[in-house]
Amino acid sequence: MPLLWVVRDELGLTGTKFGCGVAACGACTMHIDGEATRTCVLPVSAAAGKKVRTIESLSKDNSHPVQRAWIAEQVPQCGYCQSGQIMAATALLRKEPHPTDAQIDEAMTNICRCGTYDRIRSAIHRAAKEV
Amino acid sequence: MESASLKRSDFIRLTGALGAGLGLALTMPVDAQTPSGVFEPNVWVRIAPDETITVMLSKSEMGQGVIQGMPTILVDELDASLDRVRTDFAPPEVRYIDPILGDQVTGGSTSVNGAWMPLRQAGATARAMLVAAAAKQWGVDAAQCTTRLGTVYHQASNRSATYGSLAIAAAAQPVPTKVPLKTPDKFTFIGKPRQRPDIPLKVNGSAQFGIDVRLPGMVYAAIARSPVFGGRVKSFDARKAKAVAGVTNVVKISNGVAVVAKNTWAAFQGKNALKIVWDEGPNAKVNSAQLFSIAEHLASTRKNERVAISRGNPDTAAGIVLSATYRGPFLAHATMEPMNTTADVRNGRCEIWSPTQVQRRAQAAAAKGSGVPLEQCTIHTTFLGGGFGRRLEADYVQEAAEVSAAIQAPVKVMWTREDDIQGDFYRSMSVDVVRGVVADGGLIELSHQVVSRSWLRRWYPPLFKNGIDTLDLTEVLDVPYAVPNFRVSYIDFEHGIPVGSWRAPNANWHGFVTESFIDEAAHAAHKDPVAFRLALLKKNPRAGGVLRLAAEKAGWGRKQIGIAQGVAVTFWAGSYAAIVADVSMKGGMPKVHRVVAAVDCGTIVNPDVIVQQAQGAANFGLSAALTGKITIAKGRVEQSNFYDYTVLHMADAPSIEVHIVPSNAAPTGVGEICTPPIAPAVGNAIFALTGKRIRTLPFSDAVN
Repeated sequence: MPLLWVVRDELGLTGTKFGCGVAACGACTMHIDGEATRTCVLPVSAAAGKKVRTIESLSKDNSHPVQRAWIAEQVPQCGYCQSGQIMAATALLRKEPHPTDAQIDEAMTNICRCGTYDRIRSAIHRAAKEV
Repeated sequence: MESASLKRSDFIRLTGALGAGLGLALTMPVDAQTPSGVFEPNVWVRIAPDETITVMLSKSEMGQGVIQGMPTILVDELDASLDRVRTDFAPPEVRYIDPILGDQVTGGSTSVNGAWMPLRQAGATARAMLVAAAAKQWGVDAAQCTTRLGTVYHQASNRSATYGSLAIAAAAQPVPTKVPLKTPDKFTFIGKPRQRPDIPLKVNGSAQFGIDVRLPGMVYAAIARSPVFGGRVKSFDARKAKAVAGVTNVVKISNGVAVVAKNTWAAFQGKNALKIVWDEGPNAKVNSAQLFSIAEHLASTRKNERVAISRGNPDTAAGIVLSATYRGPFLAHATMEPMNTTADVRNGRCEIWSPTQVQRRAQAAAAKGSGVPLEQCTIHTTFLGGGFGRRLEADYVQEAAEVSAAIQAPVKVMWTREDDIQGDFYRSMSVDVVRGVVADGGLIELSHQVVSRSWLRRWYPPLFKNGIDTLDLTEVLDVPYAVPNFRVSYIDFEHGIPVGSWRAPNANWHGFVTESFIDEAAHAAHKDPVAFRLALLKKNPRAGGVLRLAAEKAGWGRKQIGIAQGVAVTFWAGSYAAIVADVSMKGGMPKVHRVVAAVDCGTIVNPDVIVQQAQGAANFGLSAALTGKITIAKGRVEQSNFYDYTVLHMADAPSIEVHIVPSNAAPTGVGEICTPPIAPAVGNAIFALTGKRIRTLPFSDAVN
């Protein structure tokens, strides 16, 4: 069973979402040993012995800088893709504390059907200033 | 000129009887107190002794921000603090029927417009009762009392009381039938930017979408539905499906075969292991190329054509004659959250959790699917991971009720992305034949013939009159331009592919036709596209206003190397918008660098939400314009997931600036209006850059 469904159905952590099942949309993004990873096609065995972090792990109270930036910029509309977006953004900022727009374009390939891309970009820049 | 400028609200407004009934329901004396001492003067608001204010939401939250905007309207008139407010999504109930739409439906950009007066009256009424209660307690004249942020004051005697402390006493007050409303200068919250209360839930994974519902003893199901539209199960072999670990049952339901399992993955795997023989039905030979040929033939022979409006002398005006045929593709909605519903049908009751835009239709679908009487069917609306009109259909509610009834257990029916792309109610393909005449530098004739498949004919037949679907003629019938010779005609083309409502239906396509064609006329007249339009908008100052504002903010007319600008204007649900797009060509495709949008939506409730919606709607339209295409072969959709139904990503998303026109007009919708103008703005820019006029979408098909 893919890691996504183990986490959602077996462990009951529903913050990570299902969007496509073919790793094309990023809604299922978690961190595995710190790397942003799409988990809808990743067999759970591939995560054995590794540290898996989901959206729920970022903070108890939305105090993580990326969450605070997302709130300050009022990024989410429907919000369904945003767990994946935030996990992707967090991993990006760990690698590139002050990413350029081009680096954001390259790293942030998660799909948002509500079209919040402008604000995702602004939120990443805002969080970069804080980190 | 406005005889052709029909308000969308006119298209879909029911007779006055329903509206009057709704009004009565709001002002009839009600038992204003529940046993627990909560003050509940109407269906919209409850005030508890602990100061908690609960606002009932008659609309679904699918990203458009009703969870913020609707309580704001009520709480402003109530004169309470938004910090004490919580919201509940309303159950299906006649008193939550939207007065514009005639049903409890979220769509058509009607939420704020339809609820503006009911919510204000509800809040003002509650406030008046709280003041009356305080005045009575203090033995003073209510007219001497004031309120501020949840407290009643009597300044002369230096007394005050909080709303919560007055709840029980307020409930005993008679419900006034006529209360004054605030003048706009007195608004506390309306008009100001404010953070949305759902956003904190959406940045930590705690917001509950339909897909997240979990119940004790719940199982999961996936359904194999006919790949050919209109097909039915002839026979099936479930042995391999039942052998998948975790699968517990396989049941046939009305629209396919359901595999029930202990988790989602097993349900998906079980579904893949089913062997089904389909009776493919009447549409097994349908392909989209053929549909376009048929549509063009219908257009030229005018078979079953109905004239929606004819003004002046179309076909006889003299000048430069322009004619063009535009072809629009099928589109899928592709909400981020695939369809799903959780149903619990046991003990003569049916309980549903669903991301739905249509609570009462969902209730009816639940009753139909479960066999349980309507009154025993409960609908819980979750957050929606996108709607865009897909969730105006209750198909995915009915099937879940059927599965639960068959297995007598709570079950979450999950759609795969493939199910979703291939089981949609699509934005219909369309052939638009346009003719115009340019004379004396202006457009003196516009004739627009539409061949498309009606949605209203199926979804709400009373509004499909004389063979015309007026919703399929938005941005056709209601163009803001004053054109003296004007004709619009419609041919309903029953092509067999299921069609639905797709954000700004179907201005989302016809707007491309109209605004591209107006641009063609401007160039034929050797006029600047903005000036040409402004000359036609002299009698429509609001449309002219957004066009001027967008052009000004976009720096219309400035020269940029390798970049051209295109413009488009749209009227939608009472609002006006104009978009200017800055576009270059890169590798044969348009690259949109910058979008400037100007929006006039009447009174602003929350300017930040307006910006969100303008940006989101523009990106939604741009996504489809660039690469959106659903094709049909052998009666099946050829696309299946995001790798072949491609959508907009960050790297291709432009920066989008939004400018809002200040207004005291009643608030009108903003959730959809920026979807129609983006494609023509880009197409018009492509023409300015390359001299090539594009008359089909997506651009990925047209430019190469």
